[in-house]
Amino acid sequence: MLDAKIPAGGPLDQKWTWYKGHCNLVNPANKRKLEVIVIGTGLAGASAAASLGELGYKVKAFCFQDSPRRAHSIAAQGGINAAKNYQNDGDSVFRLFYDTIKGGDYRAREGNVHRLAEVSGNIIDQCVAQGVPFAREYGGLLSNRSFGGTQVQRTFYAAGQTGQQLLIGAYQSLERQIALGNVKMYSRHEMLEIVMIDGKARGIIARDLVTGKLERHFGHAVLLCSGGYGNVFYLSTNAMGSNVTAAWKAHKRGAYFANPCFTQIHPTCIPVSGDHQSKLTLMSESLRNDGRIWVPKKKDDTRKPADIPEDERDYYLERRYPAFGNLVPRDVASRAAKERCDAGYGVGTSKQAVYLDFAAAIQRYGEIEVGKHGLANVSPEEIIKLGKAVVKEKYGNLFDMYEKITGENPYETPMRIYPAIHYTMGGLWVDYELMTTVPGLYCLGEANFSDHGANRLGASALMQGLADGYFVIPYTIGNYLSKDIATRSIPTDHPAFQQAEKEVADRINQLMNIKGSKTVESFHKRLGKIMWDKCGMARNAKGLQEAITEIQQLKKEFWSDVRIPGAIEEMNPELDKANRVADFLELGELMCIDALNRNESCGGHFREESQTEDGEAKRDDQNFQYVAAWEFKGDHQWEMHKEDLIFEVAKPTQRSYK
Amino acid sequence: MEHYNMNLTLKVWRQKSRNDEGAFETYEVKDISSEMSFLEMFDVLNERLIAEGKDPIAFDHDCREGICGMCSMYINGRPHGPWTANTTCQLHMRAYKDGDTITVEPWRAKAFPVVKDLVVDRTSFDRIVQAGGYISVNTGNAQDANNILIPKDEADLSFANAACIGCGACVAACKNSSAMLFLSAKVSHLALLPQGGPERKSRAINMVAQMDKEGFGACTNTGACEAVCPKEISITNIARLNYEYQRAGYTAETE
Repeated sequence: MLDAKIPAGGPLDQKWTWYKGHCNLVNPANKRKLEVIVIGTGLAGASAAASLGELGYKVKAFCFQDSPRRAHSIAAQGGINAAKNYQNDGDSVFRLFYDTIKGGDYRAREGNVHRLAEVSGNIIDQCVAQGVPFAREYGGLLSNRSFGGTQVQRTFYAAGQTGQQLLIGAYQSLERQIALGNVKMYSRHEMLEIVMIDGKARGIIARDLVTGKLERHFGHAVLLCSGGYGNVFYLSTNAMGSNVTAAWKAHKRGAYFANPCFTQIHPTCIPVSGDHQSKLTLMSESLRNDGRIWVPKKKDDTRKPADIPEDERDYYLERRYPAFGNLVPRDVASRAAKERCDAGYGVGTSKQAVYLDFAAAIQRYGEIEVGKHGLANVSPEEIIKLGKAVVKEKYGNLFDMYEKITGENPYETPMRIYPAIHYTMGGLWVDYELMTTVPGLYCLGEANFSDHGANRLGASALMQGLADGYFVIPYTIGNYLSKDIATRSIPTDHPAFQQAEKEVADRINQLMNIKGSKTVESFHKRLGKIMWDKCGMARNAKGLQEAITEIQQLKKEFWSDVRIPGAIEEMNPELDKANRVADFLELGELMCIDALNRNESCGGHFREESQTEDGEAKRDDQNFQYVAAWEFKGDHQWEMHKEDLIFEVAKPTQRSYK
Repeated sequence: MEHYNMNLTLKVWRQKSRNDEGAFETYEVKDISSEMSFLEMFDVLNERLIAEGKDPIAFDHDCREGICGMCSMYINGRPHGPWTANTTCQLHMRAYKDGDTITVEPWRAKAFPVVKDLVVDRTSFDRIVQAGGYISVNTGNAQDANNILIPKDEADLSFANAACIGCGACVAACKNSSAMLFLSAKVSHLALLPQGGPERKSRAINMVAQMDKEGFGACTNTGACEAVCPKEISITNIARLNYEYQRAGYTAETE
């Protein structure tokens, strides 16, 4: 049984305070001698590297992009939650904690989630102090909106670019520490191995993506802040370079991988337009506040949406979930879209899309405008014009983005949308201190598993990344490093470094020498299709078993027939990609194994065998109220370890949106 | 939207490494769908080059939704191609028609040396930020966020400048390879906020000094930067930067 090391002292809401008062500290003179490696410079990595640099640790930060400011946190649109209760609408730390546990379908750890809710307010303070330009009211105070179906307004935002603004805040703090010499930055570098000495993580092997050369870096501790693994599906809303490699290398060195099958599918993305598709684009969840989702009532209806009369349209979310309608949570909305399309009611050329229609909202807003301005004898066209202006004010940038990609004008014709992979709740198992099962190896942000259970609430990813980096790791790492102050920097000619570098070099040589016939991209696409078809929005035992066999086969084929052009010691994006796809091929198998093991439906994980009579997800607390943490045991072999989830405060209930 | 397929001629800058001379190479691409993105057209070409045993074209890209700032192609003489307020990754092939010839180059600037093919080194931008593009506040020092009142107009204007994605199109478009639009966006973002006040003078002076040191050119107000900026950063920021710089210079405390 895994021990999460939740502090024993006091009730749930006192634990973090107790921990901070009792953890070991490192004095400033010793901090200067302690080196910390940070992998990834998104919200978690940049905030951790900057904060640890400020404390006086010697930090080395790594990212594969050309600048730390490019990390994929930058693409987050909607907002960041915080229990400030600025709106006087009944929010509190407890409510944010409770919503997160419930939203995660009771598969997250209470202790970590409560701490997250506690520090959420500090994040907003810190970001404002850094100059993050959040949206404001006319009185000069911060503005909030509700997000993702919560009953309180606790989401802080900067138009549709909240992730960008938060990341730039963290990036600027990071650059300041670089200028002060506390952090050394390695951009265009990819971590390819963890170096273990005496059972502890003591460094990394990284590849310089410009020269192709391997480098050895020592650290008293290593922090993985390398993001999620949604690109295992090939098509996702992740950036092209987002990958699992750092986390996977750690996994193979002993870090357990927890709940890998927990992936989030976002219901409102622009659908696939053809085989050339390289990535998917999200349309913010906020659109569901005003858009109505429908498909034709007739199968294979090829009429234009405008030609389909009202009574021949199926507003299936409003029909199935009268209480929440178009605002049901992400997992429910996604599955309902899939159900309609699979049944043959999909729209567009691919038939893998549903309509998101703003006509009713435009009409309604137009009528409100008429009333507001006391206009008389207004023509229907005039009403629509007024309504369009209101919609433009609210969603203009999203409508523009849609039009750029599809060439269609969503003011005139309904958007076509379809669910897409968006976020991964699973990740490396960490304890309360964010340490993995490898001593000295930590994991922060989306890369770890701890806070979102089986489903993440909107506007909570940014909160978690920054909580981990700004407010958790600066305390918890001291508790570990305080026992390491006598350890001098280990020279990188140590046999463990030599051995690790050799293994990386051998693996790269092996890849380059396959000289097969198929491109890396073609393998990635095939893996993605297997994952999407059999380990995507709905999963069953038969499909998962097939997927495991198919992925094993694909892995064999990859290692015997992949073609990578160019040389090792040069900039070689195909080789970079091959290193990543090789790891996705192994992760994909583990995800299917985990999904097969978890014979219940919870959050984003829907097992067809476990549903109610009317097709809703059915959780099985009796048998599955645990975290499945997988230990790597060799090729295609894993051993599962359980961490039982104990809910002392937030007692499990069934989610219902009827 | 009607889809169509097209055949195109691409003239692409190929350069093995920083010190290599480099030259244009011509490629014919066939059956390109109008629904593809510009970068997906490059993906198709690269897959073909790999199959033919040739070296694929290196180009920078990551989010492919216009926000990370990594993509950087100079297309037919214009950074990020023909559409306004747009990045290369958002450009779609319906901007072109059958038979078109498209010339694609890397950003050209002394401070952005070519790394390979269409990939350039933009770390000079990071170093400009290091020179003062931040507010010095350590984690944990902050007061309650609502203790700082900021008028909505000023917050909105600050935000509009903070929207810069650091792609470098402004430099690539400028005949002087000036980084003034990038720099002025950062200086404005912070100068317009009360939190940025204490370091206002040193920020303007140090960031400009670093820009000069990196080898960016001077601004002659032609406005090419504003015209190509994917985030529509306004050139009035350059006026504000000049004001901030002079204000700092005239009133700086002597040591």
